Amino acid sequence: MSARRTTAVAIAAVAFLAAAVVAGVLVGPAGLPAGEVVQAFAAKVPFLGVRSPLGPTESTIVFDLRLPRVALGALVGAMLAVAGGAYQGVFRNPLADPYLLGIAAGAGFGATLVIAYGPAGSSTSMLLPAVAFAGGAGSVVVTYLVGRGTTSLILAGVTVAAFFTALETFIQQQRSESIRDIYAWLLGQLETSGWTEVAIVAPYALVAVVTLIAHRRLLDVLRLGDDEAAALGVDVGRVRLAVIVAATLGTAAAVAVSGLIGFVGIIVPHAIRLLVGGSYRVVLPLSIVVGAGFLVFADLLARTVLSPSELPIGVVTAFFGAPFFAVVLRTTRLVGT
Amino acid sequence: MSRRALAGALLVATALACGAPSAALAKFPVTIDAANGHVTIAKRPSRIVVLSPTNTETLFAIGAGRQVIAVDDQSNYPSSAPRTKLSSYKPNAEAVARYKPDLVITSTSSGKLIPALGKLHIPVLLEPSATHIGGAYAQMAQVGAATGHLGAARRLVARMKRQIGQLVASVPKGRQLSVYHEISPDFYSATSKTFIGRVYSLFGLRNIADKAAKAGNQYPQLSGEYVLASNPDIVVLSDTKCCKQSPATVKQRPGWSGLSAVSSGRVLAVNDDIASRWGPRIVDFVRIVARAVRAARA
Repeated sequence: MSARRTTAVAIAAVAFLAAAVVAGVLVGPAGLPAGEVVQAFAAKVPFLGVRSPLGPTESTIVFDLRLPRVALGALVGAMLAVAGGAYQGVFRNPLADPYLLGIAAGAGFGATLVIAYGPAGSSTSMLLPAVAFAGGAGSVVVTYLVGRGTTSLILAGVTVAAFFTALETFIQQQRSESIRDIYAWLLGQLETSGWTEVAIVAPYALVAVVTLIAHRRLLDVLRLGDDEAAALGVDVGRVRLAVIVAATLGTAAAVAVSGLIGFVGIIVPHAIRLLVGGSYRVVLPLSIVVGAGFLVFADLLARTVLSPSELPIGVVTAFFGAPFFAVVLRTTRLVGT
Repeated sequence: MSRRALAGALLVATALACGAPSAALAKFPVTIDAANGHVTIAKRPSRIVVLSPTNTETLFAIGAGRQVIAVDDQSNYPSSAPRTKLSSYKPNAEAVARYKPDLVITSTSSGKLIPALGKLHIPVLLEPSATHIGGAYAQMAQVGAATGHLGAARRLVARMKRQIGQLVASVPKGRQLSVYHEISPDFYSATSKTFIGRVYSLFGLRNIADKAAKAGNQYPQLSGEYVLASNPDIVVLSDTKCCKQSPATVKQRPGWSGLSAVSSGRVLAVNDDIASRWGPRIVDFVRIVARAVRAARA
């Protein structure tokens, strides 16, 4: 693909993210006038002399409920999209997504345990993300130990996922009174009540993103095949491990605070490949930007479509993402991963 | 906690203990020991949002209805309650804050509603589903104290206790009867350790779901075979609204026409809401069960 086209797509991606963030902050069930919200932001800028028209309650809604939610959506979306893109590269499998090695089942099992058996109120405490993170990361470690050294890492992931899903379903059957809460978690949500969730994800996402971006050229070499990459002097095993560890940590942190948000890790990197080609030097950075914008936009729909109640964001990403992706798929030619 | 709030809490505590007249009870600030911790309510709330059908029923029963400005989409009783599209299941804090409430009552702790409203300095009472009738009474007293209607709440509780006591006494002791409580047509049931199950225990009924309560699941899914083999004397359908079940549909189920409850007409169709809420209308449910047990033992 031409450099000019890549540049155009990059500019469009950044504009998409910016538009999603602005809309995400301006629109919400509280129905605050957009102009007043803009003024409130301007009031935060020193020396501008703008006074915020919002009362303390409205101001809290914008700065402590909406803004962290938009930030969390951007972080989680970026993380899932870049992890999905990296997984597809490292496994040379277009169907790979961040949940491929069992993260979803492991984290789901952890969350189910906390909601079903944890002390009262623990479903909103910090216990849930901690256990979900441990479950998600732990299941990938098991997958890696089971499937290491063989070509069947993906099969090991399927096996581990099936096992944890069985445990999770068993507990749900035993504790049917908590099934609604568990289900709500599994379907994903970006609800926040401040910056705690953002603070939990941000360090992991930062390390993961930096590591994955640093490996983007090596992922391009891997596209040639393991033997060819090894012949070119690439330590295939080390690259694969580094990418898996980075993507896993970032994804586990994202899942821990937001539950299971499907589809982002598949469609965002593929949509970018269809537009600008398969080089990871381009696909990974653009996945970060577009993934962030996509999830912020999806969350905007999640909290406005059924307003005043919330729609699970996993439903939105698939319901609106799938047709969009189908259009992209039909109108462009498929590029190999 | 401020000294004023502490004094309020002590006042309520003392009032609860010695039964002072209601006029002395409508004192604010008051501190409530709800399921989400100590909640201080500075003055008599006049803009209450209720996200719990049971608590909507209670507030209207104790005369706090005029202070309620919005209730959730499932709060269908009484019909005068200001029903909105607010969800009791997945409420959005922003949407609740839009009503500028001075008190929010909810039954679900999932999601971020409670911490988010905390950020907005809106007091929230978490009143989760009761697991026994005493818990329901305590909850009624609690929302009564929180809304300035403790006296009325205590009178409601006293009346419910008296009515339930009379209903239980009106049923003669007799042969051991078994009951199957149906929550949904795929045989989800409730054991004797649930709120609804304890109503059956009042009448000494044997609950067929108890044997399925392995690993502490109090809402087990029974196998259809087990229900048939247990041949319950009384079947209670609390899936009449959700799932359109009735004595007639139950009779059509394979093998069910031979059940003694079916052949002797002791399949009770009850309103799902009455049989699942831990509010004032539980007396109506007790009355339905009492009538059936009385008939069965006659």
